[in-house]
Amino acid sequence: MKYTEPAQKDFAENISIVGKSTERIDGPLKTTGLAGYAYERHDVAKGQLVGYPVMSAIARGRIVSMDFSRAKDMPGYMGHVSALDTKQLPASNYNTAHLFGGDLVEHYHQAIGVVVAKTFEQARAAALAVSVEYAPETAQHSLEEALETLPADATQERSKVGNFEAAYATADVTLDETYTTPAHSHAMMEPHASIAKWDGDKLTVWTSNQMIEWNKQSLATTFEIDAKNIRVDSPYIGGGFGSKLFLRSDAVMAALAAREVGKPVKIMLPRPYVANNTTHRPATIQRIRIGASADGTINAIYHEGNSGNLPGGSPENCTAQTVEFYGGKNRLILHNQAEVFLPEGNAMRAPGETSGLMALEIAMDELAEKLSMDPVELRKKNDVQVSPSGSDKPFSARNFVQCLDQGAEAFRWKDRNTAPGTQRDGMWLIGQGVAGAYRGSPMMKSGARVGVKPSGRVLVETDMTDIGTGSYTIIAQTAAEMLGVTVADVDVDLGDSAHPVSAGSGGQWGAASSTAGVYAACLALRQKIAEELDVAEDTLQLENGQVTSGSTTLPLKRLAVGGTLVAEDSIEMGDYRDDYVVSTFGAHFVEAAVHVATGEIRIRRMLAVCDAGRILNPLSARSQVIGAMTMGVGAAIMEDLVPDTRHGFFANHDLAGYEVPVHADIPAQDVIFIDGKDPIAGPLQAKGVGELGLCGVSAAIANAIYNATGVRVRDYPVTLDKYLDQLPAI
Amino acid sequence: MRAFSYTKAKSPQEAAQATRNQTGVKFIAGGTNLLDLMKNEIEHPAHLIDISGTGLDEIKDTPDGGVRIGAMVSNTALAAHPRIRRDYAVLSRALLAGASGQLRNKATTGGNLLQRTRCPYFYDTNMACNKREPGSGCSAIGGYTRSLAVIGGSSHCIATHPSDMAVGMRVLDAVVETVNDAGETRSIPIEDFHRLPGDTPHIETVLKPGELITGVTLPPPVGGKQFYHKVRDRASYAFALVSVALILQPDGTGRVALGGMAHKPWRSRKAEALLPEGASAVMARLTEGANPTHENAYKITLAERTLAGLLAQAREQ
Repeated sequence: MKYTEPAQKDFAENISIVGKSTERIDGPLKTTGLAGYAYERHDVAKGQLVGYPVMSAIARGRIVSMDFSRAKDMPGYMGHVSALDTKQLPASNYNTAHLFGGDLVEHYHQAIGVVVAKTFEQARAAALAVSVEYAPETAQHSLEEALETLPADATQERSKVGNFEAAYATADVTLDETYTTPAHSHAMMEPHASIAKWDGDKLTVWTSNQMIEWNKQSLATTFEIDAKNIRVDSPYIGGGFGSKLFLRSDAVMAALAAREVGKPVKIMLPRPYVANNTTHRPATIQRIRIGASADGTINAIYHEGNSGNLPGGSPENCTAQTVEFYGGKNRLILHNQAEVFLPEGNAMRAPGETSGLMALEIAMDELAEKLSMDPVELRKKNDVQVSPSGSDKPFSARNFVQCLDQGAEAFRWKDRNTAPGTQRDGMWLIGQGVAGAYRGSPMMKSGARVGVKPSGRVLVETDMTDIGTGSYTIIAQTAAEMLGVTVADVDVDLGDSAHPVSAGSGGQWGAASSTAGVYAACLALRQKIAEELDVAEDTLQLENGQVTSGSTTLPLKRLAVGGTLVAEDSIEMGDYRDDYVVSTFGAHFVEAAVHVATGEIRIRRMLAVCDAGRILNPLSARSQVIGAMTMGVGAAIMEDLVPDTRHGFFANHDLAGYEVPVHADIPAQDVIFIDGKDPIAGPLQAKGVGELGLCGVSAAIANAIYNATGVRVRDYPVTLDKYLDQLPAI
Repeated sequence: MRAFSYTKAKSPQEAAQATRNQTGVKFIAGGTNLLDLMKNEIEHPAHLIDISGTGLDEIKDTPDGGVRIGAMVSNTALAAHPRIRRDYAVLSRALLAGASGQLRNKATTGGNLLQRTRCPYFYDTNMACNKREPGSGCSAIGGYTRSLAVIGGSSHCIATHPSDMAVGMRVLDAVVETVNDAGETRSIPIEDFHRLPGDTPHIETVLKPGELITGVTLPPPVGGKQFYHKVRDRASYAFALVSVALILQPDGTGRVALGGMAHKPWRSRKAEALLPEGASAVMARLTEGANPTHENAYKITLAERTLAGLLAQAREQ
């Protein structure tokens, strides 16, 4: 169906299931180990062999030779694939660097070989026995140096409104600072893993991937086969954060190796290879200039984003939020993109806004201080209800001020420390910080198939994925609501390319889009039921597993006698949404303690207030947000994927070197959802929340640390080495 | 991981003797570090001798009032032992600052002393590392050095020793007890046990081939207030940027040892003699000759401030 106008009324009557906190229906499978994650799906294909990758030891150059002779003599050896014996496989639209084949090395730890053996240990030992000779080439591995050599006319203008320079020059108060964010690694719990099997020219890949259709199409491109001959299955995913949006080398190597040995092959990327073999959030250097009048009104705002990537790679869109978030009649938003020969940069949770708000929301804190204004009040002062980008589009729903007000109240913001560096608790300096959150909320076309079985159970099938977000549950809630059954009556089957194509999980579009698709399929099923009963659809009442039309009432399952009653549809949003800016908003409040002697940081409490449309399942939405807040702690105070610019690789490429928060880092976290149903957003009036939760968190932490110490750090992560020498004498 | 043979010894003497006429032999205790290194082929012993059945798992009082800790005593058991907690609190605190509960359950006293550096270039077998492959060079120098050594390093290696336990033992003047393949025992003051890298960074201790750590003896308690402050970027489960072990006597004298600074726990009696003068006097002497990089120079400031913080805390107690 095409959804062509804003929701006039709610999507169902007497809504009682959608919006109610509901435990994950897949929870018991996960806690009992019965949920099948890609690498452990021993039952899907008999005779699985194990592949272990060989990965490039150089960042750029050519492979001269690869010697597998020692590997061939090792116990359990069953075969191998060499990049030199494989032509360079075509990269899909979603990939920049090639995933396999040929002698060109485009980045460190590029996959260049696979050794297949009977066991994991045998495969690993044999792969490590492969010797490779390279002809390395020099290349630019430093973002800073690459930016210095960019020609002046390389700057891209993203947005221009009014005359920034003139307004800035006459502003009462100005701010001009540069902020940096480092590269981040997704560091999801489950590394990339795939099992591949060929049946003639038909390929099946059991994998861990967020976007089933993209993955299928990418496999078709890579192997130059018809997508009809490919099945991708990914029912459970141990975290993705964008790392699994695209086809990656695990699936390609598994498919190549399976073809080579004529048996199913499984491959998991070893953790120390993940950071350099796959993608990362690219580092940014951001210059922000703001001019404001004495009352805090922003008149001029400038945001220059600088990032790098491999040739043909995308920029880190860190200025995205600045186009829409705060008012200001004169605006200039620029981007510089440099060619940097590190592994491929690509999407990581809330790409763009995460690193953008890390900078912008410190800048707002600094501006508030210059204005002697409460940073909450400064943000409220510059709230807008119509896009300041020059488009003059209204926001579909924007409750940012309410987020700030409700958060300030709940956090007791009025009791905060207003003199940075002066609040003590024993050996600890205490500070409070706030930041705003902004993230777009797109909708993607999404389909589903819904059926009622003779048993009365409802089955929903879609290639939508659940990357830990709670998709299974909100889909079951939606179907239960639409069909008048309980969540316990609904089975949900996800992640299989045999099912209707869904929006997939990415860009925080998954929840709203996939449930809208299920809504569409349920409407189609209602139509079928009406046809079966030979009544008009709008006379139907579906309640308690019963269908009622007029004086006729019968159990839903009666209609499925002799076979499943099934309907399929997808939903596509009409262009009415283009008349609005559809986004999500939030406010983060943080209290942090900094050890006065050592500079150690201990976050004491965190609060997020989120304006994200109807919250489909407050329980799993809360989990999403507190997980995002935790990721924001990482970005604020520890996560730093460090490039070694001599060798062109990320040096700290394991979980000992790349630190993410542990339980001891995470204090009391609280989440408040604003009741903000958005009729423009879609049929369920829902928007995304999983990425919003990360946007702005790190800046709120950085601002709290500043408030505690009185030392401003503009280079993330805010680690003690950056301010230690400015702490008070002991 | 390369193929290896494995035997299990019934006594320390048998374990040491079993190394005779073997090349590439290693003892394995908890395996928390060695197995990881073997999986990535950073270590590739041809033969492992398991010492978990050698009866070295007791903590006993010594006649002079000290304590003898068997080499197989787990980090968990040692940290929780009533005498360690009462009389050697700095050691208990150091142990609990290290690793995670799961690792401490497996990690042993002897093994902890022998754990290898966490330098990222040591772990990446594509990179030159004189510890991994003597003579290949040091990729860390000129690279990512934020966590690496600031003192006692050489042009061949700037790795740090990652142990917290060893820092606690260093400040307590522990003695490492060994037996060799001829059945001879010796006592090595911990001060002499770990080596600086010099031009042989792959040789990390004074242990001879076939020499097995049987235990660690702590001298009689020295009293005082005992502190172990480990500083890192996250609150738990990370190696020290800098750690400070401090024993402070009521008269203001005491002992100081540092972790995260060097190839071994770092201590100087001349430096700690300056404790009554305060942290900066101690640290000026203790870090004399330091040669930090621009990325890790903060460690010198951090060590001084951490000690100053502990002295301030001690005054308030």
